[in-house]
Amino acid sequence: MQTDSVLPSSPPPRERILAARALHWSRARRLILVLLGLWLATGFGTVFFARDLAHMSVFGWPLSFYLAAQGATLIYLAIIGVYAWRMRILDREFARMLRDGA
Amino acid sequence: MGGKNKHRSYFQRLARYYLWFTACLGLFLAALAILENEGMPRQWIGYLYMFATIVLYAIIGVVARTSNVSEYYVAGRRVPALFNGMATAADWISAASFISLAGTLYLHGFDALAYVMGWTGGYCLVALLIAPYLRKFAQYTVPDFLAARYGGSSRHGKLVRALAVSATIVVSFIYVVAQIYAVGLIASRFTGVDFSVGIFLGLASILVCSFLGGMRAITWTQVAQYIIILVAFLIPTMWLSMKFAGNPVPQVAYGSVLPKLAKREAQLAVDPREQEVRAAFKARADEFGARLAALPQSWEAGRIEVQRRLDAARGRNASLGEVRNAERELIAYPRTADEAAHVWAEQRAANLARAQPPEPHVEPFPGKTREESDQRRNNFLALVFCLMFGTAALPHILMRAYTTPSVHETRVSVFWTLFFILLIYLTMPALAVLAKFDIYTSLVGSSYDTLPTWVSYWANVDKTNPLISIADINGDGIVQLAEIAIDGDVLTLATPEIGGLPYVISGLVAAGGLAAALSTADGLLLAISNALSHDIYFKMVDPGASTQKRVTISKLLLLAVAFIAAYVASQKPADILSLVGAAFSLAGSTLFPALVAGVFWKRANHQGAIAGMLSGFLVCVYYMLHTNPILGGNADNTWFHIAPISAGVFGVPAGLAMLAVVSLLTPAPSRESTGLVEYIRAPEEV
Repeated sequence: MQTDSVLPSSPPPRERILAARALHWSRARRLILVLLGLWLATGFGTVFFARDLAHMSVFGWPLSFYLAAQGATLIYLAIIGVYAWRMRILDREFARMLRDGA
Repeated sequence: MGGKNKHRSYFQRLARYYLWFTACLGLFLAALAILENEGMPRQWIGYLYMFATIVLYAIIGVVARTSNVSEYYVAGRRVPALFNGMATAADWISAASFISLAGTLYLHGFDALAYVMGWTGGYCLVALLIAPYLRKFAQYTVPDFLAARYGGSSRHGKLVRALAVSATIVVSFIYVVAQIYAVGLIASRFTGVDFSVGIFLGLASILVCSFLGGMRAITWTQVAQYIIILVAFLIPTMWLSMKFAGNPVPQVAYGSVLPKLAKREAQLAVDPREQEVRAAFKARADEFGARLAALPQSWEAGRIEVQRRLDAARGRNASLGEVRNAERELIAYPRTADEAAHVWAEQRAANLARAQPPEPHVEPFPGKTREESDQRRNNFLALVFCLMFGTAALPHILMRAYTTPSVHETRVSVFWTLFFILLIYLTMPALAVLAKFDIYTSLVGSSYDTLPTWVSYWANVDKTNPLISIADINGDGIVQLAEIAIDGDVLTLATPEIGGLPYVISGLVAAGGLAAALSTADGLLLAISNALSHDIYFKMVDPGASTQKRVTISKLLLLAVAFIAAYVASQKPADILSLVGAAFSLAGSTLFPALVAGVFWKRANHQGAIAGMLSGFLVCVYYMLHTNPILGGNADNTWFHIAPISAGVFGVPAGLAMLAVVSLLTPAPSRESTGLVEYIRAPEEV
């Protein structure tokens, strides 16, 4: 710890890099898994239950038509947005761990 | 910190250029509108659009020319996320998306939304599973990654590379032929030049751009092309939306048109005159059915009858037109009884299709029985599945992951890509509904004496394969819905005229279609020539080649591929065009399993990858050959009633399963491979 604050340019030890990488990867993998689950549920749910949802309506649209034409694709966009945003946070945490050794 | 500032000023400079460009586009449109008002003929407007856009792309190509390897292959890896997203969107929006998708939505209603869902959902897979890792790997092509991951520079790596290159070329070539075909079609329809002249004009503008500057020139041209595509698509649709819903935002407005459309559909389904026309088509279908049942005698009798009519026309000195018609009939008559069986079956099916009442636009999977409806749902799901996995494996899209400055920018760039694609794709269903409502209410029920001009104009554009045909079947002088036969391709192109906009906007829409086809063709040609020059020539034939030589070879190959593709397209190959949808299934089945396992499963080895690629490809091709009538299959051979276009529904799982089984049965991959996986998974140093 002490040496780090005295010599900020010295590289962090190898074990710490590996530990930080492993943590980053397991978090990233969990994020990907959750988002892929949402992706699958959106696509499959919209199509599989389309006939049951057709009788409901949102703002004048039959729900199943709205979901297939706009809703599902907007959810896809949100999934990609959340992924980019969360991964940025995970990347920053990784950098912080290397720096502070937390 | 300095790097960040430089980065930002570069971004601002680019933003300024493209704002100027958009302003100039607006001025150009305004000038043309004034000229049209002054009485400039339509053909000249068409010429001006063709000329101006091709000159524009050429200028960008010349300005961005390069012979630096990194600039030529990956645009120097410094394209900001927003612009990379725009360029990828232009790369993505092909002639089929721009010209045919709205028409497909018009014709097939809910079923066609499979394209909207599939083509957008695929980007989730690109973003989450593939693109960031390719960027971290930071080489040049997709086969680069597969070869490095599965075997490195050894013999195995070369085999994996060769397979990946073959898949890239097969998929991209089918696709590029369709784009160039569309270029020829648009050019010939709007300027009246010959189809093959149109193809070579388009080819010229593709070549100046990609030949001189590779990825760098293509990227900056595509951003400009995207702006043209967007403007061309939004102006007429917003106009229609304003006209029918009183709201210029079509995505929101068409909700209020849907109930009105449904009411009109219900009305038309029971209208007695509509039923009369449908009964006439049913009678024609039955006649073909009777002839089919009486083969081969009916063929013989029919031929004699046609011959007799020709003789009679000649004998009584009928007008030249009548004799010509009789001659034409004789020439078109099936030459053998087998051919007659084929042709008549087709005509019976076509007439039967027109005898059906219109399907409600928004109803999901209508069917006479629950089983039929379930089949349609399963096919919808299968098509969505194939389009998604295919999207995530198309080489010309994945190649784009390499061009951004960092992994983070790649992730953001996929977001922007989907955002810019959605600006168009969310408008497509709106356009289809608005145009349908217009045709159902103002064209249907009008008199044949007062047909709108766009109908006769588009009916005469392509004589051999009319885009729209209307004939008074029951002779009452009134247009019935069942009397209209519309080709999906006409809808987007005719929208401005349907909405009553001046011809300038029609020309703009054509320029948009041209931009969509050219931008996609650019990306595909580069993907093919990079695969040939980088992966085959540099990595396998002559690894010692100088960078100068590599770029030169790449440019020459690009030229050769472009000419071959243009030649194939000029032959109007119906079988290749029908395969474009199948390219997605092929790409997904062949490349997707190896790409994803390469990142997420360390145990995957080169034996598994080779087995996975081969079996995915073979299952996919087998299913298509087995079930697609155009390829000599039989539609009765389908598994679970899945259409041949969705062959990937069997190919992708087959590829994944073989990859897993063979990997587990053979030794674990080398330390080199696992080290690479560790490396691409690790975050960048921020």
